[in-house]
Amino acid sequence: MVGVARPHRLGFGATLRRDLWWIETIVFMVGLIVLFGYLTVSAFLDEWAFHIGPYYSPVFEPGPFMLLEDKLEKPFGPWFLSPAFVILWGPAGFRLTCYYFRKAYYRALAFSPPACAVGDLWPQYRGESRFPLTLQNLHRFFMYVALVLVWFQWANAIRSFHHPDAGWGIGLGSVILVADSALLSLYLFSCHALRHFVGGGIDCFSCSRWHRLRKRGWDLVSFLNVRHPLWAWASLASVAAADIYIRLVANGTITDLNTWTGF
Amino acid sequence: MAGYRVHEYDVLVVGAGGAGLRAAIAAAQEGARTAIVCKTLLGKAHTVMAEGGVAAALATVDSEDNWRVHFRDTMRGGKLINDWRMAMIHAQEAPDRVLELEEWGAVFDRTADGRILQRPFGGHRYARLAHVGDRTGLELVRTLQQKALSLGIDVFMETSIVRILKDSQRVAGALGFRRDTGELLVFRAKAVVLATGGIGKCYKVTSNSWEYTGDGQALAFWAGAELMDMEFVQFHPTGMVWPPSVRGVLVTEAVRGEGGVLLNSRGERFMFHYIPDYYRAETAETPQEADRWYHDKRNNRRPPELLPRDVVARAINAEIKAGRGSPHGGVYLDIASRRSPKEIKHLLPSMYEQFAKLADVDITKEPMEVGPTMHYMMGGIRVDPETAATSVPGLYAAGEVACGLHGANRLGGNSLSDLLVFGRRAGIYAARYANSLPQAPTFSGDEVETAANELIEPLHRADGENPFALQAELQETMQNLVGIVRTGDELKEALHKIQELKDRTKRVAAVGDVIYNPGWHMAISLGPLLVVAEAIALSALERRESRGAHTRDDYPKEDPHQASFNLVVSADLQGRPQLRKEPRPEMPQELKKILEEV
Amino acid sequence: MALRTIRIFRGTAGNGTFVDYQVEVEEGNVVLDAVLKVQAQLAPDLAVRWNCKAGKCGSCSAEINGLPRLMCMTRMTLFPPDRPVTIAPLKAFPLIKDLVTDVSINYHIARQIPPLRLRPPGPDGIRRMTMDDIERAREFRQCIECFLCQNVCHVLRDHPENWALFFGPRWMVRLAELEMHPLDDDDRRNFLKEKAGVGYCNITKCCTEVCPAEIRITDNAIIPLKERVADLHYDPFRWLLDRLRGKRPIPRPEERVEKAAAS
Repeated sequence: MVGVARPHRLGFGATLRRDLWWIETIVFMVGLIVLFGYLTVSAFLDEWAFHIGPYYSPVFEPGPFMLLEDKLEKPFGPWFLSPAFVILWGPAGFRLTCYYFRKAYYRALAFSPPACAVGDLWPQYRGESRFPLTLQNLHRFFMYVALVLVWFQWANAIRSFHHPDAGWGIGLGSVILVADSALLSLYLFSCHALRHFVGGGIDCFSCSRWHRLRKRGWDLVSFLNVRHPLWAWASLASVAAADIYIRLVANGTITDLNTWTGF
Repeated sequence: MAGYRVHEYDVLVVGAGGAGLRAAIAAAQEGARTAIVCKTLLGKAHTVMAEGGVAAALATVDSEDNWRVHFRDTMRGGKLINDWRMAMIHAQEAPDRVLELEEWGAVFDRTADGRILQRPFGGHRYARLAHVGDRTGLELVRTLQQKALSLGIDVFMETSIVRILKDSQRVAGALGFRRDTGELLVFRAKAVVLATGGIGKCYKVTSNSWEYTGDGQALAFWAGAELMDMEFVQFHPTGMVWPPSVRGVLVTEAVRGEGGVLLNSRGERFMFHYIPDYYRAETAETPQEADRWYHDKRNNRRPPELLPRDVVARAINAEIKAGRGSPHGGVYLDIASRRSPKEIKHLLPSMYEQFAKLADVDITKEPMEVGPTMHYMMGGIRVDPETAATSVPGLYAAGEVACGLHGANRLGGNSLSDLLVFGRRAGIYAARYANSLPQAPTFSGDEVETAANELIEPLHRADGENPFALQAELQETMQNLVGIVRTGDELKEALHKIQELKDRTKRVAAVGDVIYNPGWHMAISLGPLLVVAEAIALSALERRESRGAHTRDDYPKEDPHQASFNLVVSADLQGRPQLRKEPRPEMPQELKKILEEV
Repeated sequence: MALRTIRIFRGTAGNGTFVDYQVEVEEGNVVLDAVLKVQAQLAPDLAVRWNCKAGKCGSCSAEINGLPRLMCMTRMTLFPPDRPVTIAPLKAFPLIKDLVTDVSINYHIARQIPPLRLRPPGPDGIRRMTMDDIERAREFRQCIECFLCQNVCHVLRDHPENWALFFGPRWMVRLAELEMHPLDDDDRRNFLKEKAGVGYCNITKCCTEVCPAEIRITDNAIIPLKERVADLHYDPFRWLLDRLRGKRPIPRPEERVEKAAAS
């Protein structure tokens, strides 16, 4: 059974669809390139200000190294690495192996397939059954890392209410960082691997008290999981937005609306 | 079409619905080489449309339930004209058959303590229907299909059987053709189990799919077996009436079982006006009592919406005729005002979807419009109650194609249990019969030749009648003249018309070739359709009373004397149908006592 | 009532073309109504597979304006009235004639799946499960086997050679249903990886998009299965944990077949 009879044909872009299927593909392509592209570039731009007052860009959020933050300032390691990379590999790996983003980039960047019922770009296809794509199965380990890092994200958000010099207060930047942390948490807590970890791997939910408890956790993650794509995009956009906002405030282009005076 | 391949089996099962699959599994487990032949793909059989559940006295919800009550309900529903031996076997064995399905992977709804949940249904005294939401039939077919595949049973999909082959008396095999290629198939088999289902496509408004053309009934009739109770055609009270293209599609009785009520255009719960004396003692008198019943079944009586199907169908019919119907010629079935949207979506998911997608009606917000639709054939091939054997050695029948269990009217949920109980029995006894024969009887090559030629004749006629148009005419005739309410004159007119259609069928023509040609397939189906249509009309004319699903305007009363016989149709020497009255065997005392006491 | 043009593919494998038919379409009509009208009035030999006409049997699968759908559940009003509605047979299966394809390969796959293996019931002989236990696998049992998912899956649709390596979404759903059955004690993870080819899925979710039973195939069946396979094959920690708990490794599918043959 090789080859396809009329009215169909094989090959890239082959389809009988007449709706505007390519719009979605292009929107996702642009979204992925712009957002991931921006964040990647931003991570290298440690020479440009990325923190001011109580605000740290989430890209440069120093995570567990918060206590060492002075030492993380320039000069940092090899010339091509910025302090962002101390923890950025975690979220980056989490997103790259994310079940939702895989769908998005397999479709919009790899054209495998470009859209439903539209011909695949690649003449040969082995999916995720061969190295290196079997590495996608490591998603759970990035999830574990993210489970730790997300609390530093929240710490960063809470810290944004405390100006090192002027004490407690609130500013638009703190609100943005809280919103960003919330979206990141929703993204993380709707993760497919977490869903499996919490209770998805159990066959019999009612068989023990421990399983019944895990079933409740599974229900919660499942509830959030329905909107996983939404949280994925929203949190990606919010990281970029928070980064842009804090940089713009830090280099004086815009002024933050806040209860402190002084920046 | 001259050449053909011969396939050899011990047991050939025709039909892959619940009964066919269950029979095949039983036959294979008895060690018989078994094959299934089905007209469509595996798993598409009409059983998947069964929604409400499978009736079995498991007593998980009402501990008072047992086989005796189930037996009594079935007999009373069937207006005491059922084969009491079948009713007894059925009530006794149904629970085991349901539990066995669970072993094979069916996942029924559960009670709080983890057992199988049962729901109340029309005519059943206790909550008795094991169910899977409102798609029990799909669960049943899927489970049996997977079991059958795992047993390695051969399946011939999209294949029709057109003739049972015999030696002088016994079954020797069957002749068929593949619908997708037109290839002629000859099966050499020691035993054949017919499980082809019903006859819905005789009627215009029906819940049945195109497959239901009475193939099995006709095959048995041609092979010399007998048809019985053919006058009893069940009209389900609630089918969709709008839009026109889905007219007849079933609205499950579970809607009423879960609290739905029937209203006329004035908003009256009219079923309270139609409670027959026979059921008065066990039916609620006021809406208040009826509503209390859903929560407290012990101290209240059942709502009249849950009376047997024939009663409800006639009531709806009468309301519509009296001008109190809905705009599209039905009545209202309201669940929206009785249950929360969440409950409705959980309990009746496929009904919710069906109305949302096909009729733009949100049943959590507005009532459905429903009307009677031809649903089930109580009559069919006469079989031995123990072994499901017909009067032709080697020929067995089970499920809707057979008859006896349901009498004059079938209770909801009894059909799925029927399939399981008698499907299994047919499979076992067919296999045992086959195993007792040293080799398959032989059939004559001439017979195959003649039948094969007959088969392709419509394709050779240059021009002639359109088979679809002929079917439409038959449906119109049956709908108008042999419908819910019948009269002698109309039945005679129908017989006359059927005779005319029989003659015209000889001139029917199909264009195209033998590869997947629906016009040709329809031309072939006209034969069986007319056999059953004639048997129905003949029997309906002969039964001069109203009993169960058979209502005669000219004989509106039930006549106790006519409970003493069943009507049997068989072929005379010229192949024409002849009718006789078969006296009913006397019921033993202990069963009589059950009917009186329980 | 309105006159509509229906463009139906007519012909057999490698020899056919689209033919335009004009039929009266009534209020509430679905695509199947229009096709059956063509069959009854204009082309009695038009091959189309259908049964229940209520979305419950899954027979009338076709590609309508290029998208895989059930003809009986697709309303004519979905399409602009001034343009023809194009109806083509499924692409992933060999064409028999007109709109009918040979889907028998699915039944061959079905036979290869190890059946349910229940653990022994409790002392009272009753199999107890709660609604919580069965709710999850129940979604999968709503499958009507229309094979639209098999048809739209680019792994099979665009790469027919993969039929030998990948079972396809329908059978992933079936395997998920068995794997997550609360009373089943078989372990199909090796089977999933080695025989069913779960790694071939790159979770682009077209199966979920076309499923008329609205089963969330990718999120609820395939991804959880991938996670279960990852537990066994891509998670050294869990492997170690299982060893420490004394769980025995699961035999490979071939070994099991051999064992069965030996006994």
